[in-house]
Amino acid sequence: MSVQPTTWVEGPAHRPVARPKGLRLAWGRNAPAYLFLTPWLIGFFGLTLGPALASLYLSFTDYDLIQAPHWAGAANYVRIATADPKFVAAMKVTFLYVALSVPLKLIFALAIAMMFNRGIRGLPIYRAIFYLPSLLGASVAISVLWRQLFASDGLINLVLWQLFGIEGPSWISNPNYSIYTLVILSVWQFGSPMIIFLAGLRQVPTDIYEAANLDGAGPVRQFFRITLPLLTPVIFFNVVIQTIDAFKAFTPAFVISSGTGGPINSTLFYTLYLYQEAFSFLRMGYASALAWILVVMIATFTAISFLSARYWVHYDD
Amino acid sequence: MSTSIELRRIEKRFGSFTAIHGIDLSIAPGEFTVFVGPSGCGKSTLLRMIAGLEEITGGELLIAGEPMNDVPASKRGIAMVFQSYALYPHMSVYKNLAFGLETAGFKKDAIAERVKHAADILQIGPLLDRKPKALSGGQRQRVAIGRAIVREPKIFLFDEPLSNLDAELRVQMRVELAKLHQTLGNTMIYVTHDQVEAMTMADKIVVLREGRIMQVGRPLDLYNQPANRFVAGFIGSPKMNFLPARLAENDQSGRTILLGSQAIRLDQPVGARRNEPLTFGIRPEHLQASAAEGRPGLGAARVQLVEHLGGSAVIYADTAEGEPATLLMEGQTGLRSGETIPLAFDLKDAHIFGEDGRRI
Repeated sequence: MSVQPTTWVEGPAHRPVARPKGLRLAWGRNAPAYLFLTPWLIGFFGLTLGPALASLYLSFTDYDLIQAPHWAGAANYVRIATADPKFVAAMKVTFLYVALSVPLKLIFALAIAMMFNRGIRGLPIYRAIFYLPSLLGASVAISVLWRQLFASDGLINLVLWQLFGIEGPSWISNPNYSIYTLVILSVWQFGSPMIIFLAGLRQVPTDIYEAANLDGAGPVRQFFRITLPLLTPVIFFNVVIQTIDAFKAFTPAFVISSGTGGPINSTLFYTLYLYQEAFSFLRMGYASALAWILVVMIATFTAISFLSARYWVHYDD
Repeated sequence: MSTSIELRRIEKRFGSFTAIHGIDLSIAPGEFTVFVGPSGCGKSTLLRMIAGLEEITGGELLIAGEPMNDVPASKRGIAMVFQSYALYPHMSVYKNLAFGLETAGFKKDAIAERVKHAADILQIGPLLDRKPKALSGGQRQRVAIGRAIVREPKIFLFDEPLSNLDAELRVQMRVELAKLHQTLGNTMIYVTHDQVEAMTMADKIVVLREGRIMQVGRPLDLYNQPANRFVAGFIGSPKMNFLPARLAENDQSGRTILLGSQAIRLDQPVGARRNEPLTFGIRPEHLQASAAEGRPGLGAARVQLVEHLGGSAVIYADTAEGEPATLLMEGQTGLRSGETIPLAFDLKDAHIFGEDGRRI
C-alpha cells in the first residue's frame, strides 16, 4: 500500500489542514490567489509578453499600420544589415553616446559619492539636491531647457563670452558638438548611480582603511587598491544598468533635435531612428526588426558583462 | 626589537565628552601590557591613540622617547591586529601580508622572504593563495597577526583580537600569542574586556574605568592587593564577594568591624572614619564551608544554587542578613540547595574598602 504524501497548511486556528486532492479542488483553493494576481497577469501577458511576441512576428513582415501585415521573411533584417546607411549612422551615434556617457557619468557619480562619504554636515539635503537632476534629467522640460542652454545665443555661450571673451559655436546645431551636449545632459543625471556608489562606499568597513593606513597606504593607493576593488560589485551593477539605459536613451535626442536626429544625423540615437521608422514612415515591421536588434545588442552586452565579471568583480562571499 | 612607550597626561575628548582623562603610563621595552576594563572604559580609544588612528586631544605620547603626537600611524613603527581582523577581502593571504611591504617599496624577493618567515611562524604557509573568505576564524586571525609580523614593527597592538573566536580556539590562540611574545620579544599592548586573558597573558595589567586608570600592576599584585573595589571586583572569577560593613563603635582600637551580626577582629586598625559605610571583600575561593574554632566567618548561610564544574564547584548562598555570598570549592561537593553551611575565611584574605571604594 502506498502512502500519499500530505502537505499540511496552517489553518486560521493553527490547526493542520490536509491539502485537497484533485485539480478542481486545488483550483478552488488557489482561486483567491489568482484573483489577486490578475492585474499583474493582465499587465504581463497583455502589455509585455503579448506585444513583445507580436513585434517579433511583425519584424518578419511588411506592415504600415493601415493594411494588414504580410510575411516578408528575413527581408527587414537583410536590409538593415546590408542596405541601410541610417542604421549604420544610428549605431555609430549610439555607441559613441554609450562609450562616452556611461564612463563619464559613473566617474562623476563616484567622485561625488566619495565626497559625500567623507561625512559632511547636512548630507541628506545635499544628497537630495544632487539626486534631483536624475528625477528631472530625462524629462521633456529639462531637454527643452538644455536646448536653450546650448543654443548659439544660450547661457553657455553668454558665460563664455562674458568671462573669457570666447564666441562659442551653436552647440546643438553643429554636428561636431551636438552629441556632446547630450552626453553632458546624461552625465548631469548622475544621481542614481551616485546613491548606489554611496551605499557601496558605506559598506566598506572603516577598519580596512585603518589597516591600510597602518600599512602606509596613502589616499591614492587606498583608492586604487582598496576602494575600487571593494566597489567592483557596485561598479558592475551601475555599468550594466547605465549602459542599458544609454542604449535606450530617446527623449533628450528627440527634443533637442526636434525629432530629426540632426544635424546630419549627429544625434540620431538608435531609438530615435526606430521611432522615425515606426511612427514617421509607418514602417512598423522594419521598426520591429530594429527593436529586436536592439534587444539582442543589449542582451549580448549584458551577457558579456556577466561573463567578464568573474575576472574583475570581487564579491565578499 | 622592542621599544618603550610613555603616555603623559594623555586626553581624548569627543566634543564635550571626555573619553580619556589625562592618563600617565609607562610601558617598558618588551613588556606585554594588557588594557582591561568594561565596555566603554576607553581601552580601545587609548590603543587607537597610540596607533595613530585617533587624534590625541591633550598630553604627550612618546615612543622610544620620541614625541609621536603628530607622527602618522604608518611612521610610528607599530602594527595592529584588529578585532574584526580587517583583512583585505579581495586579496589573497599572500597579498594581504605583502601589501604593507609593497607600499613601503620593498623588492619582491625581500617581500617573499618576509612573508615566508611569518607564514612559517604562524603555520599558514598552505593558506597563502586563499582569499580571506575561504579561511576559518582562527586562520583569519593568524593571517591578521602575520600581517603585523611581516612589517617587523617595534610595537604590536592587539584590539580584542580573540573576541570573535569560539572558547576553545580562544584558549589556543591565547597560548600562541604568549609564545609569539616570547619568540619575538616585542613590546605588545593587548586590549581585552576578558580578565582571564589579562591575567594569563600580561606582564602588566592596566585596569581602566570611564577613561581613568584604576590600577596598574602585575597580574597577581592586582589580584592580591586590589587598589579599590572596582579592581577587586573586576579581577578574579567568580567575582569577589562584597558585604556591607561598619566599624564597631565600642572598640576604640578601630580593629573590629561588624558584618551584620558578625563581629570580626582584624590584625590592624582600619583607617576609616567612625560611621563610615565600609565594604568587606572576600574572594569566593577564599571562603570555606566549614567552621573552625578561632577563625572568623560570615555566620550561617543558606545554599541557593550549586554549579558543578567537575574539578570545582561554585556555590551561591545567602548569609543570615540576606547578602549574597559565592564560594568556589575545589573538587566535588555533595551540597544541595536549601542546606545551611557555615562560612569561614582567613583574615589575610579579607579586603576592606572605604566609602569611596579605595582599599584601606
